Amino acid sequence: MTEAVIIGAVAWHSRLIVRLALGLVVLALAVLAGVILGETPLPVSQVGDVLAHKLWGAASTVDPIDAGIIWNYRLPRTLVAAACGAGLALSGLVLQTLVRNALADPYLLGVSAGASTGAVAVTIMGIGAGAIGISAGAFAGAALAFGIVAALARAAGGGSGQLVLAGIAGSQLFNALTSFFIAKSANAEQARGIMFWLLGNLSGVRWPDVGLALPVAVVGLLACVIHIRALDAFSFGASAAASLGIAVRRVMVMLLGAVTLMTAVMVSLVGAVGFIGLVVPHAMRFLVGARHGALVPASALAGAVFMIAADVVSRVLIPGQVVPIGVVTALVGAPAFALILIRNRNRA
Amino acid sequence: MRITATKLVLQAQGRTIIDGVDLDIAPGETFGLIGPNGSGKSTLLRLLAGLERRAGGEVSLDGHNLRRIPRREIARRLAMVEQQAETTDCLSARQVVELGRTPWLSALVPWGAKDTAIVDEALYAVGMKGMSSRPWSTLSGGERQRLQIARALAQRPRVLLLDEPTNHLDIHHQLALLRLVEELPLTVVIALHDLNQAMGCDRLGVMSQGRMVACGKPAEILTPDLLRAIFRVGATLLTDPQDNTKVLRFHDIENSR
Repeated sequence: MTEAVIIGAVAWHSRLIVRLALGLVVLALAVLAGVILGETPLPVSQVGDVLAHKLWGAASTVDPIDAGIIWNYRLPRTLVAAACGAGLALSGLVLQTLVRNALADPYLLGVSAGASTGAVAVTIMGIGAGAIGISAGAFAGAALAFGIVAALARAAGGGSGQLVLAGIAGSQLFNALTSFFIAKSANAEQARGIMFWLLGNLSGVRWPDVGLALPVAVVGLLACVIHIRALDAFSFGASAAASLGIAVRRVMVMLLGAVTLMTAVMVSLVGAVGFIGLVVPHAMRFLVGARHGALVPASALAGAVFMIAADVVSRVLIPGQVVPIGVVTALVGAPAFALILIRNRNRA
Repeated sequence: MRITATKLVLQAQGRTIIDGVDLDIAPGETFGLIGPNGSGKSTLLRLLAGLERRAGGEVSLDGHNLRRIPRREIARRLAMVEQQAETTDCLSARQVVELGRTPWLSALVPWGAKDTAIVDEALYAVGMKGMSSRPWSTLSGGERQRLQIARALAQRPRVLLLDEPTNHLDIHHQLALLRLVEELPLTVVIALHDLNQAMGCDRLGVMSQGRMVACGKPAEILTPDLLRAIFRVGATLLTDPQDNTKVLRFHDIENSR
């Protein structure tokens, strides 16, 4: 009996390690593809050469300009895309589980709009400084928007439809505030830049942004991983979770805090990219089932890969021009949103 | 495990839903809660489970105040089956029952063979063993109800709170469930609509407008006077010739005025 238990535990752990390794390999391949593909595809050999040179100090024969494109431009951009995709997908997953609503997503619930407002306010009015200051502003905006939308949904009766309608109201309010700030304080050039950033844009991403995006994505992922059982326990609602021994308030505060942080930081770096939080968790539920032990890592991985792919598409779709990444994700996400609406018609 | 409540009060939106309820339920006792619709049975059960934060008064398990026991510890001692449990998640019957192991698991204590055995046993106890891989969305109301009871059993509690668990069940499963509850070596508090089923409890508490208006052995409680006053029905006590058990037959009194 004990032997069987030990063998079982070893088998379980080795399966876990194999899956983790597989996930990391897929992620590494996606990052590699993100670096190789672009307006001008660069050969794998060159990319490998530059990475070996930078990471292990190997001798390099690559042209310094190409090396610069790979190391200073494409690699940080791809890494931030991966972190954003993972963070937004996890945010959507956690929101859907905690508020028991298939349509919950940071973009649809106005959290992203609030983060944009906060980021724009800081950028234009010059409160704080640098990427951290903008992210802090985005966090305040996201938290405020989330609070307002949640309170409005509750006041309206707390149904599934009410939450989405409250999200629309919140998005409209915060988008209007953003426009107001821009109209009031920004000059024409600033305004153009901000409008482009708002649609989702990874062009300006450099290494310091990686230093912000990656840790936040990892912290968010860890917050989800340690709450896997708690997330499962929410299947039948918050009250049922409480009677299964979950400290509902503490878990809610921790996880919604992680969602707000991830959304705020990702929006402050790349703009309000929509629909990843909606599409990815639903696709993963379809593939790996409803249990969070599989759903959390699968969503993080798929979100990262999806965002890298969307970024590549945004760069190569129109030659010589970068389409905002938010446009690409919305082109995929809006039909998926429609599909989810139709599938949920009997449950609303 | 003994469960006691003193001076429980709950107000919501200016209305008093539970109005000064005292209870003392002995270990192993099966305590039935009866009363008309809206009399506060479900809310009282939620209070006993510690699920209402705004409640006044005190609930204790073996003398320990529920408010000072961490949620996880409560869930190891006390399990609750509410009237409604719905999910849109695509879970199998077995996965629903596995949720019952939540309070016993942690990062250091992962799922083990013992948990699998407990889940098997719980599925078997409610007669759902053969349907364990069926998706929740394809199950009937009665099957879902039985799964929730299995989930509660998988918590391995010492107190079981059941809110009208025989709703949705066909007559065979109603009787099977009541027999199961009687045989369990647990303290059980069970809200029931069917007064004939309530006669099987050790003691009954009668709820009316948030108060517990009577409490005692079924034979002392289910009298024609009380039934007329609280439930607004007339009743005749009959004897089943097969085994001499008493059966209540009800008749309308409001239309015959």
